[in-house]
Amino acid sequence: ENADPRRTAFLLHKQWTLYSVTPLYRFSNTRLRDYARLLSAFIAAEKQKGLAVEIGVELDIKVAVSSLPDLKGSDQDQAAILVQLSLRSPASSKNSEEKLIWLGWFCCVSGDDLSENVPEDFTCLPLFLANGAESYTSIVGSWFQKTFDCCFRRLAISPLNLSWMAAMWTGCKVDKTTSAMELVFSVPCLPQPLDISYAIHPEDAKALWDTVQKTPGEITQEEVDVFMDCLYSHFHRHFKIHLSATKLVKVSTAIASAHCDGIIKFLQSQYLTGVLMLLTELAISQIQ
Amino acid sequence: MQRRQSSKTPKQPLQVHHKNQTDLSAWRKGGRIHLEKSVQNDQSPNDQKNDSKQDSLEQALSYFEKVQDRVSLKKNDVLQKHLNTVESIALQRGLPPEGFDVLLNVALSGKLADTVNTRLLKSLVPASVIPENSVVSSVSWLCVSKCSSNIQLLFLRWLITVFDFIDHKEQLHALYGFFFSFLQDEKMCPYVCHLLYLLTRKESVKPFRIRRLLDLQAKMGMQSHLQALLSLYKLFCPELVTITLPGKMKTYFKNSEGPWKAAINTVRRRNQENSPVSQLLFLGTAQPQSRKRKWNTQLIIPASSTNQNNLEEDREKNHVDLYSTNESFPVEQLQTFSQLLQNIHHLEFPSQMGSVLTNPLLLHYMNCIKDESIYLRLYYWMGQTLQEECTWCVADNNRYEEEFKDFLETVYKTECFLQEGFSSCEEFLYRSLPLWDGFCCRSQILRLVSWIPLSSFSEMKSHLYDPLAQLFFTSSLYFKCSVLESLKELLQNWLNWHVIHLDSESDSQVYSLNTTLSGLVNVVAELIHFVGWISTAALRLENNPTFLLYFILDFYETVCDMYLRYNLPLLIMPPAGVFYPALLSMDSVSLNQLCYIMYRYRTNLVAAKQNELSKKKILQFKFSSQTYQEYNQYIIAMVGCLWTSSAFQKDIHPQGLRMDDELLKKTTVQEFKTSFNIVYHPAMMGYAVLFLQQAWPDDMTFNFNLIKGKKWNWYLEYLYAQGLKGLKVFIESSINRVSQASHSKA
Repeated sequence: ENADPRRTAFLLHKQWTLYSVTPLYRFSNTRLRDYARLLSAFIAAEKQKGLAVEIGVELDIKVAVSSLPDLKGSDQDQAAILVQLSLRSPASSKNSEEKLIWLGWFCCVSGDDLSENVPEDFTCLPLFLANGAESYTSIVGSWFQKTFDCCFRRLAISPLNLSWMAAMWTGCKVDKTTSAMELVFSVPCLPQPLDISYAIHPEDAKALWDTVQKTPGEITQEEVDVFMDCLYSHFHRHFKIHLSATKLVKVSTAIASAHCDGIIKFLQSQYLTGVLMLLTELAISQIQ
Repeated sequence: MQRRQSSKTPKQPLQVHHKNQTDLSAWRKGGRIHLEKSVQNDQSPNDQKNDSKQDSLEQALSYFEKVQDRVSLKKNDVLQKHLNTVESIALQRGLPPEGFDVLLNVALSGKLADTVNTRLLKSLVPASVIPENSVVSSVSWLCVSKCSSNIQLLFLRWLITVFDFIDHKEQLHALYGFFFSFLQDEKMCPYVCHLLYLLTRKESVKPFRIRRLLDLQAKMGMQSHLQALLSLYKLFCPELVTITLPGKMKTYFKNSEGPWKAAINTVRRRNQENSPVSQLLFLGTAQPQSRKRKWNTQLIIPASSTNQNNLEEDREKNHVDLYSTNESFPVEQLQTFSQLLQNIHHLEFPSQMGSVLTNPLLLHYMNCIKDESIYLRLYYWMGQTLQEECTWCVADNNRYEEEFKDFLETVYKTECFLQEGFSSCEEFLYRSLPLWDGFCCRSQILRLVSWIPLSSFSEMKSHLYDPLAQLFFTSSLYFKCSVLESLKELLQNWLNWHVIHLDSESDSQVYSLNTTLSGLVNVVAELIHFVGWISTAALRLENNPTFLLYFILDFYETVCDMYLRYNLPLLIMPPAGVFYPALLSMDSVSLNQLCYIMYRYRTNLVAAKQNELSKKKILQFKFSSQTYQEYNQYIIAMVGCLWTSSAFQKDIHPQGLRMDDELLKKTTVQEFKTSFNIVYHPAMMGYAVLFLQQAWPDDMTFNFNLIKGKKWNWYLEYLYAQGLKGLKVFIESSINRVSQASHSKA
C-alpha cells in the first residue's frame, strides 16, 4: 500500500477489461521508447493495411509506453507498464492537445508464484487491463503477442471469486461511505434474461461481516460462505427467492466493482494494490 | 570465337556439365577430340547433326558480334538466316553461356530494329548458365538508354525470369542502386520492384531507399509490387519500416515470366539438368479469417516471422558482438533443408514459437537446440490455446470442432516428429479428460494420450486412469479398442524414451527428470496393471470378442518383451482374466498370438535368470519369484490343454481350469481330457478337419483319433505351414522341456 495515490489516481473510476498474459519473452524495461515507436508504426500499418509506414516518424496516433513503479506488491514484482494511445489533432500542429483514446497496463502485484519459476529471459506481468475501443486492444495485444511471444486471454471472474470480493471488500474501512453495496444476480434458464439487484447498506453489510469473521486479517472459504448464506436467507425471507440458485454476476462496493465477464472498476486508491493482488492471483491461475 | 571465349568469359566453362554432349560449350572446351569420342556412342547421327547446328550458331554469333549499322530485316537474307538459326537452337537446346554477351550487346545497343531485338531477347534461353559479365554489360546499355522502352521492359522481364541462371551475383548486387533508380519510370517500376526483390539483401535496405519507396507509395497508392518490396525491407529491417499486408493478396508481381519459361522448361527437360529452382516468394500474409469472433479467440497458428525484437537488439550491439551482427537469417527465407544446414549457426527462432508447429525445418532446428526458453514459450502458447479452444470445456466452442481437431492433429504430428510429448498437452489432457464425452475429437485425443511424457507423476491414476476407465466401460467396443491401442503406444513411447536415455548417458544423471529407475518401473507397472484390469473387465462386458482380444494381446506383445527389447527390469504376466479367454478362444489368431507371447515371456525370463546367476554382484532389480511362479502356472495350463490333455487335472492356477473328474463326467462330454488339445481345441478343429481331408481324402468320418504318432508330427508341420508361427515357436521352445523346466522351477 505504498503507492502514491496521486500517481495512480488516473486508474480510478475507469472501467477496465481484464486479460491474463503469459510471461513476456525478452522484454526490456530499458527499451520502452523503442517499443513505443515500433508500436505506433504497427498501429498505423494495421489501420491502413497494405501501406507501408516508416518507423520513427510522427503518426496520427501517438504511443507512449512508460513504467508505473508504484504498482508493486513485492520486490520481485516487475514494475507495471502503461501503454497510452492518444490522437494528435491535425488542426494545430504543435503544443496542441492530444486526446487520449486508449489506455492499457500490465501489472504484477505479489505474483511471486509465477515470477519465481521462470528463467531470466521472461518478464512476468500476468495481468493486463485495458480501457478503450476493443479494436485498439486487439492491435496492441497482437503486437505484444508477436513481439514478446506471449498469450493474451480474457480473464473472467467466477461467481466464487466474486463472493470472495464481496466479503473482502465489505470488511475494508472507507473514510466516508457513500454508495450502497450492490450484488447483481442473473437467473439462469429463462427465455429472457432476468437480473436481480440486491443492494445493502454498507454499514449493515460490515456489521454482518464482523460477526462472521473470526480472525481479523484472515478470511476463510467457510466465512465467505456463511456471509453469503446470511445475505441469501435475508433475501429469501423478504422475496421468497433462493439466490443460491442464481448466478452472482456483479459485485459493487465502495472499494471497487467487478463483473464476472472480467471487467473491473477501482474506486479507492488506498485499496488499489490490494485488489490488484487478488486479480494477479486469478490471472496466474489461468496461465499455469 | 576462341579468342572471345578466352578473353571475356574465362571462368565460364567451369560450370558446364561435361557429360552432356548436346552442350555446346562442353564441346568447345574439349574441342573436336571430345566430340569424336562421343561419336562412338550410338547417338552418332544426332551428334553430327548437332555439329552442323553448332557451326551455324557460331556463324550466327560471329555475325551478330560484327554487325554494324541498322540492317533492315526484310531486305537482308543473311540477318534473317542467322536470326532463324539463333531462334531455333535457343528454343530447342538453349544457348551456351558465351552466346549471351554477343546477343545482349546487340539487342540492347539499338543497332538493329526493335523487331529483331525483340526476337533476339526472346530467344535468350540458357542451356546451362548465364555469365554475370554479360548481364552487367547489358545493364550499362540500359543506363545509356540506346534502346526503346519496350526493349528495356522486355530485358527486365527476361532478367527476372532467368535470375537464378546467372552464375554469380556479386557484381549484380553492386548495381543495386542503378536498378533502384529505374523505379521512377512508371512502366518499369513493377518489374524493377520484382528485380530488386530478388536482389535485396539486408545491407541493401537503407533509410533513404525506404523513404524513396514511401514517396512512390504516396504517389501511386497501394501497389502490390511496392508492397512486396517494402515487406521484404520490413523483413530485413523491422526497426525502419513496417507494413501489414491485406489478407486477400495472392500475387505480388505481374506475370513476368514472359515467353521464356516454357522454353527454359523444355530445354531443361531435354538437357536433364538440375537447374536452379526459382526463388519462391516468402511473404507471409494474414491468414484468411474464416469466422468472425472476438479478438484473440481464433485458433490461428502464427506464421513464422523474424523476431524484430531481437533484430533490433543486434543492431544496438553491432560494434561489440561480431557474431550477431546483421547476419541472422530471417526465418521467412528458410525454405529448404540445405538452407537450414548452411544457416544453422545464425538462425533465430521466429518471434512466435507456436509457428514451429507448421514448419518442419524449424522443428529440426528445435531438435538440435536444447534451450529451456524455447520449450517454455511453446508451453505457454500451447497451453493457453488448448484451454481457450477446447470444444467441450468452453461454452459456445462446439461450432469450431473441425478447427480444434486440426489443431490437435498438428500438435500430435509435432510430438511424433520430435518424439516427445509436450507438458502443456499433458496438462490439457488431465484438465479436460474428466469433462470429455469420449466422442468429440476422439482419435485426436486418444493419440495425444499416447504422448503423455514419462514422469514419476504420482497422480496419474486420478488424472488419467480414472477418467479414462469411466469412459472405457461405458463406451462402445470400438472405443475400447482405441483406448487399448493408444495405451500400447503410450507404453512403447515410454519404453523408447527409457532406452534412448539409457543409451545416451550411462552415468547417474540418466534419470535427472526427477525419475529414478525404480520410479520408472513403478509408473510402467502401474500402466500395465491398469490395462490388465480394464482388459479383464472389458472381455467380460463384451463377451470375449476376438477383435477386442486382438488389441489386448497386442498390448502384451510389448509387455512380454520389455526386458530384452527395452532393457527394463520388469515383466508382468497378463491377468487370468486375459490369459484364459485367450487360451480358450474360438479363434486361432488369438491362440497363436498367446503362444507367441508366452514364448517371449519364456525367453525374457530365461535371460533374466541367466543374468542373475552369472553376475556375482547383487542386481538392483530382479524379478520376483511370483512372476516365475505365475509363468509356470500358465505354462502348465497351456501345455496341459494343447499337448498333454491334462489341463483339468494339472492346472494349479486358482482361477484355472482344474476340475474334478466327477464334475467333468456330469457334463457327459466324452473324452473331455483331449477336448482342448491342438486337434480338438475349438480354435484348431478347423485345421484338423482340413488336415484329415488332405491326409485321408476318401475318409468322410472325420476320425480325429487318426492324428497321433507320426501323423501328429505331420499335423504339426501342417499347422506351421498354415502360418501359425506363434504356435511353432511356443511348441519348439516349451513342450519338450516343460517337464524338466516345471520340475526345476516350480
